[in-house]
Amino acid sequence: MADNKIGADHKIGAETNGHTDGQSNGAHYVGTRTIRPDGVDKVTGRARFGADYNLPGQLVGRVLRSPHPHARIVSIDTSRAEALPGVKAVVTRADFGDQPSEFIPAGEMMMNYKDVVRNVMAREKALYEGHAVAAVAATSVAIARKALKLIDVKYEVLPHVIDVVEAMRPDAPLLHDDLFTVGVEPKPDKPSNIAKRLEIKVGDVEAGFKKADLIVEREFKTAPVHQGYIEPHAALATVSEDGSVELWTTTQGHFIVRAHCARLLGLDISKVRVTATEIGGGFGGKTVVYLEPLAIALSKKAKRPVKMVMSREEVFKASGPTSGATVRVKLGATRDGKFTAGFAELKYQAGAFQGSPVQPGTMCAYAPYDIEHVHVIGYDVVSNRPKVAAYRAPGAPISEYAVESVVDEIAKKLGLDPIQLRMMNAARVGTKAAYGPKFGPIGLEETLNSIKKTEHWNTPLRKWQGRGVASGFWFNIGGETTVSLTLNEDGTVSLMAGTPDIGGLRAALASVAADELGVPVEKVRPIIGDTGSVGFNFLTGGSRSAFSGSMAIVEAAKQIKSELVARACKLWEAKPDQVEFKDGAVRPLGALAEKVKPMTVAEFGKLSGKLGGPIGGVGRINAQGAGPSFGTHLVDLEVDPETGRTTILRYTVAQDAGRALHPAYVEGQYQGGAVQGIGWALNEEYIYGDDGKLQNAGFLDYRMPVASDVPMIDTILVEVGNPKHPYGVRGVGETPIVPPLGAIANAMEAATGIRFTELPMSPPKVLKALRDKGLDKA
Amino acid sequence: MARVVLIGNLAQLTGGVAEFQISATSVKHLFQQLAEAHPALAPHLEEGVAVAIDGQIYQDSLFEPIKPDSEVFILPQIAGG
Amino acid sequence: MAKHHIEAKVNGDPVEFLCETEETLLDVLRDTLNLTGSKEGCASGDCGACSVMLDGRLVCSCLVLGCEVAGHSVETIEGMAKGESLHPLQQQFLKSAALQCGICTPGVLVASKALLERSPDPTETEVRYWLAGNLCRCTGYDKIVSAVMDAAATMRKG
Repeated sequence: MADNKIGADHKIGAETNGHTDGQSNGAHYVGTRTIRPDGVDKVTGRARFGADYNLPGQLVGRVLRSPHPHARIVSIDTSRAEALPGVKAVVTRADFGDQPSEFIPAGEMMMNYKDVVRNVMAREKALYEGHAVAAVAATSVAIARKALKLIDVKYEVLPHVIDVVEAMRPDAPLLHDDLFTVGVEPKPDKPSNIAKRLEIKVGDVEAGFKKADLIVEREFKTAPVHQGYIEPHAALATVSEDGSVELWTTTQGHFIVRAHCARLLGLDISKVRVTATEIGGGFGGKTVVYLEPLAIALSKKAKRPVKMVMSREEVFKASGPTSGATVRVKLGATRDGKFTAGFAELKYQAGAFQGSPVQPGTMCAYAPYDIEHVHVIGYDVVSNRPKVAAYRAPGAPISEYAVESVVDEIAKKLGLDPIQLRMMNAARVGTKAAYGPKFGPIGLEETLNSIKKTEHWNTPLRKWQGRGVASGFWFNIGGETTVSLTLNEDGTVSLMAGTPDIGGLRAALASVAADELGVPVEKVRPIIGDTGSVGFNFLTGGSRSAFSGSMAIVEAAKQIKSELVARACKLWEAKPDQVEFKDGAVRPLGALAEKVKPMTVAEFGKLSGKLGGPIGGVGRINAQGAGPSFGTHLVDLEVDPETGRTTILRYTVAQDAGRALHPAYVEGQYQGGAVQGIGWALNEEYIYGDDGKLQNAGFLDYRMPVASDVPMIDTILVEVGNPKHPYGVRGVGETPIVPPLGAIANAMEAATGIRFTELPMSPPKVLKALRDKGLDKA
Repeated sequence: MARVVLIGNLAQLTGGVAEFQISATSVKHLFQQLAEAHPALAPHLEEGVAVAIDGQIYQDSLFEPIKPDSEVFILPQIAGG
Repeated sequence: MAKHHIEAKVNGDPVEFLCETEETLLDVLRDTLNLTGSKEGCASGDCGACSVMLDGRLVCSCLVLGCEVAGHSVETIEGMAKGESLHPLQQQFLKSAALQCGICTPGVLVASKALLERSPDPTETEVRYWLAGNLCRCTGYDKIVSAVMDAAATMRKG
């Protein structure tokens, strides 16, 4: 295979904040389109994903799941299953110690371990169809299946509630009799399905609305949607007689899996070694545990490795989608288009246990705008559905869909260009964010301007075609990160990171290491280490892995460079001010240059043993300084009035990456998030029957976009450098899913004259709306 | 004195007071003083908050310095998916 | 019930294996023949991650029974590269960054190869409709479609 560097895209981008270490051959890799080092194995089928791991003697693990959306579990009798030849272990709630009520930070969705242990294995109640009730390990799939049928569970079926507004009613079936709404005064004495009420308040919205010439108030509804990763959850566990555990799992965060399993099973963290396999998609849904504690518990009992893989139906029924929600928005503006006040009320469904992303939903709702008066209220509500898990910018797409729709309506009513209206109110550096602090440098205006300049924006449209625009953002995070760089004895470099690579991270990190050390990128080999091999890393999520990983590499490389300089000084009997590290070598300065020649990184590697021992560096940081990434999306679509089908004609994404370490994989994030948003807006939803059971637990009827549903997704890489990162990097992974819902809803209004306030805008709903208005004739 | 603002529900734990003038040199120092004045805040400060100092958000960073004229916001913690 | 004894060809090599009646070709490939390149995304023929060629025809191996391939020829992703040379499609996917997590990639490559064998100069629309049976959740399909068309151009040059 030829070159690693493809094309003329040696885009260096914005200021590098003083980073000038270049290549010994003068090349820079950061900002270029290198071939990802893990790519060959992925295009040949060699790469090992979760279900591709096997151990000799392994057993097959399967889960028995509740057929009822809400039921008390009166008794579980596993004796007949245990007696079946070939069954080596059975576990139920009896095998998991109860956890006291204690919230653990899991980002914006605080998790309570009391809930975690109950989600992993039901205790008093089955709280959703698909809730795990028991698990078996057997010598074959057929025996495991048979064993599940031999487990006798006595259920006392209870009335269920699915919809969030229904669940908030005082007479709704109650999921937890110890759940009292937090955040209301006076403290309630009756339990409820409303776990929390929260709000953010800036200024005085009533005063703000009085200043408005136009006020638009609308209510919106969205359905739960699944992250839709193509690879189901999978775990392989083996437990030794001394209680030590080895676990392979497909996850976004193997250190987090380790922590959860250690906690749930009462193990020392040092006794649990977790390997993150290659991961076939996560998008937030693989940041929690489902099968792992079960596989470990089964393996402990059976004294053999246990492998568990979810079926697609199980993924839909038993792993967390994101919330469905009801959102009310009220926005006021002067006739010139200045927003004066923004109010919103969000009701997010959390699934069976509390913890929907309503908090970030409230904080993101008005984040792109500079509004003096903002008041957003949020409710976290439980109902008999699978526990919600994070999905790419959790909470933000929903609230920003509602706000962006109303912004569009205001633009129309005031006769203002929708980009112009957003520009007038856009947050910029120094703007006080709706969630409190002032923004540093941000790229929202740049994204709006770049959309306005596109040929796309200026292309004329025909009847039944419409154009929509919307903006959005995500905060992005840093977090604990450890990366080690090792100089091998032949001068090559081994890089070990600890954040699972879900979409091209290793390529970006290799480029950074190569540039930092001044070595060719083909000589840098990145791997993702297991929890026993590399120091702690928070999970891959929050758009943090390239941001934090590259920061840690800079630290590790600093250590190596300083060590090389020290060794050169010893070797050359020189003082530190007589040498410098530059362009991949330690170079003598001044008079010294006449006595000795520069020594490259590779040469130091070859001599490392003789000059003091192995050479390496470890960057151990709690990365701070993450900067938000703003994006603006532009979409053209066409509605077929006879079928209600919507075709996306053209799509452009402009988003601020700060600095694109690897432009192709940054573009890939923009395109992938946009298409997930297209699916969310036009087709995806969880459909429940009156019996509380999921009717579309498969890819045929849970309709995600396929290749023929979408056009090319054009991307504009805006780079407003993040001053807090050595390369100016901003996380980019999550923002792309935030604007599409609003942009597509706005385009639908332009195409049909109808403002759709319910997602998805699927063909039956569009057709019905057209028919109701007598518009269903071409 | 740094201006310290509690965002979201945290003000409910201080009897409705959302803004403070506090003299603190670090996040740790700030949390200590807030917890002493309002013990109900203490567990929340330990887990689950982010701190924005002059516009930059920090999470789990107890030693982050605060200047005498800093503007500090205490926010709910953020992660992602 | 006794297992079936099956003889077939996989990636040009003769194979023989035992399988249960209800085992799919995908199960056999992954669990018995240790060819884990074909992936299970749904086991219902909706995602295409298990795509293989059966006697030169593109199929979802989760919809074919193991016993059905007796006497037939199967080609999987593992047979796409020839020795150390990657197929032009594989090379182009790497160049064009046409994969992110990579779970759909084997199926997409097998399907794309099948397309280019029958239609060496496809339009973008043809590529999109041919690949409509291969779900990808990461890329939004843009770079996949470009890569297939670029590889087709390379292959046409011979």
